Amino acid sequence: MIRAIDLRTITLLGGLIVLVALIFAWQGNAYGVRMLVEASCLAIVALGLNVQWGYAGLFNAGVMGFIAIAAFTGMLVSFPVNPVFWESEAPGMLLRTGIYLVIGVAATYLISRADRIGVPKKLRTVLTVVAAAITYLTVQNALAPAAELIEEGSSFVGGFGLPVGLGWALGGLVAGVLAWFIGRITLGLRSDYLAIATLGIAEIVKSFLKNADWLTRGTLTVSPLPWPVPTPNEIGFVAARSAYLALTAVLIVAIYILLQRGWASPWGRMMRAIRDNETAAEAVGKDVNRRRLEMFVLGNIIVGVGGAALVTFGGIFDPSGFNPINHTFLVLIMVVLGGSGNNLGTIFGALLVYVIWTMSEPAALILFRYGASWFQQMFDIAPPSDLPTRALQMRVFVIGLTIILVLRFAPRGLLPEKVMKYE
Amino acid sequence: MEDVGLLAAMPINEIVFFINKVVIAGLIIGSVYALAAVGMTLVSGILRFANFAHGDIMTLGAFVAFVLTMLMPGLGAMVGLPTAFVVMPLAMVVTAAVTIFLDKRFYAPLRTVGYKPITLVIASFGVMLMLQGVIRLFFGTAPRQMYVTAKDIYRVPFGGRDIIVTEPQLLLIVFTIVSVVALHLFLTRSRTGKAMRAMSDNADLARISGISTGHVVRTTWIIAGSLAAAAGTLLAMDVSLKPDLSFNLLLPIVAAMIVGGVGQPYGAISGGLLVGFTETLSVFNWAILLRPLKPHLPEWLEIPANLAFVPTEYKLVVPFFILVAVLIWRPHGIFKGRVL
Repeated sequence: MIRAIDLRTITLLGGLIVLVALIFAWQGNAYGVRMLVEASCLAIVALGLNVQWGYAGLFNAGVMGFIAIAAFTGMLVSFPVNPVFWESEAPGMLLRTGIYLVIGVAATYLISRADRIGVPKKLRTVLTVVAAAITYLTVQNALAPAAELIEEGSSFVGGFGLPVGLGWALGGLVAGVLAWFIGRITLGLRSDYLAIATLGIAEIVKSFLKNADWLTRGTLTVSPLPWPVPTPNEIGFVAARSAYLALTAVLIVAIYILLQRGWASPWGRMMRAIRDNETAAEAVGKDVNRRRLEMFVLGNIIVGVGGAALVTFGGIFDPSGFNPINHTFLVLIMVVLGGSGNNLGTIFGALLVYVIWTMSEPAALILFRYGASWFQQMFDIAPPSDLPTRALQMRVFVIGLTIILVLRFAPRGLLPEKVMKYE
Repeated sequence: MEDVGLLAAMPINEIVFFINKVVIAGLIIGSVYALAAVGMTLVSGILRFANFAHGDIMTLGAFVAFVLTMLMPGLGAMVGLPTAFVVMPLAMVVTAAVTIFLDKRFYAPLRTVGYKPITLVIASFGVMLMLQGVIRLFFGTAPRQMYVTAKDIYRVPFGGRDIIVTEPQLLLIVFTIVSVVALHLFLTRSRTGKAMRAMSDNADLARISGISTGHVVRTTWIIAGSLAAAAGTLLAMDVSLKPDLSFNLLLPIVAAMIVGGVGQPYGAISGGLLVGFTETLSVFNWAILLRPLKPHLPEWLEIPANLAFVPTEYKLVVPFFILVAVLIWRPHGIFKGRVL
């Protein structure tokens, strides 16, 4: 697997290391390590997106939603148990709701299969829709009092108090399951449909997490999230964050090695064939849609693990904190700028883009303050009072522009994919 | 009124409530979706990509109208219409010019050979972010009012209760009808309109029969941009003007476009109304309509307090489910459009 690394890679990686070292010297160790941990979590997310975009050519516009649902799962699994909730009547009510749901779904499924025993198809469709509606309304009306009881008595359901690592794994799994449903519906069609479906599901996941107070505490947020390593309160900021960084670095290396092995295998070759020439791949008997679904789900599992790690590091689960700029488009830039289809390039892109992104905040503020004072002297117009928030919006503009420019002038990114040749 | 007895027995309160909450609200939001989806479907049909920046072009148009309103606030009083509506044609022209500029700068180079179609979609996300950045940079994030004076509210008495329509809602409905008729005449009678339909059906065939691609593309952007600006302005007049006005509209608009069949303007209009009415029907609390039946129902059957299909917070789920259902059963849409 070890191949000679070319000069370009060495120069770019060396430059990045110097840049990071400068930030450490300027802002101090605690800040520098925090930035690196966040960048490494986003690098895992970016590796997941690279599987989808770089290797399968699938455009996922809803990374935010998959991060959010994975982070929520991680929180639910690892947050300490809430005894008030378990001693109340609510768990029983939730169980009853769950039983209604299972019965309803089973009945709906059986009815949807009724055409096999001779029921006319139209009648079957009508009956299925009616069954689904009844199930939905029953579950909704059973859930409402339970949710009310939980919100009054114990604020929210709490967690299960299980290990954090298990939470991340399950988070990835849930993100993967969600991706399976989306992929099943849209992967047979052109990528535009996948884009809008993922965009929609991301907003829906966010609004669900924001409004289901009984499950997530909604806008009240849940904190502190338990860490897989000792927390800063126990061993200090730098040590705790370094331990976290070590953990995420191990994860990155593990995912990187697995992905590289995958690409070098016949499976990876098949995937590249599908991406580069779908028709030819189909002609030699590859099930294109199934393989794409495989890639989409695999990518989202990785996205989920990275997202859960990112939110756990922040220590607070705040559904309103997820936004498309930070959690979807920033990751997209990491992949396209770093080099889509090249895992090393993606990791490099993630670190570089995140460093620039965090530094751009003070830079934009300084720039705007100078600009405003100059403007005031020249034209005697007072700057608006919300100048800082507006200055930060400029970064959104820059992200959009960068996406377009990279796509047009350097579609292969800073570290392009190496086309493997088989002699 | 041939049957006064029946009318007296009818639950007027509930029916008027239903008309206000479902029929009128659905017509309003449906018209906005329709106006926006028409432009998006024309662009998708002719340029073969979904322009995700369409929602922010709406917002941009609304902000242009806002600036014009602030520049000449007294203009409306002279004509007897709201100022924002009077300056709207100008805002439509400005927005159309902006969309042509965006196409020239950002989309056209990516339409040349060597780029995958999905690149254009991602580029449209880039344009979306740029527009959002610019709008928030200049206008901040606070909501604004488009009205210089108070809104006129019309009350139509109906069996003792009032059906309520506001002035911007009336203008929106009238404008939608007028623009749909105008668009229909344009597409069926004018040379350019026919060329547009030809190109949407088969681009290569249209080109070899001598249709100027550049002209058709420009016309498409003009129609899409100006209708988007109108939809944005009219919506902002009805509610309020916020920089994130459009982001939540994107999903229903795309759903409307796909339901109607991509590339089908009439499909987009009916799709927009369909999505709008489905939304209002799903968030409507049906228990209110069932309540008058209460004395006639058996004792054991209790009407739950809340019988809405979707809580208002989850309104966005409705267009998503419509989208999913259409993609599963009829990816061509009800009007047999293309699949991108």
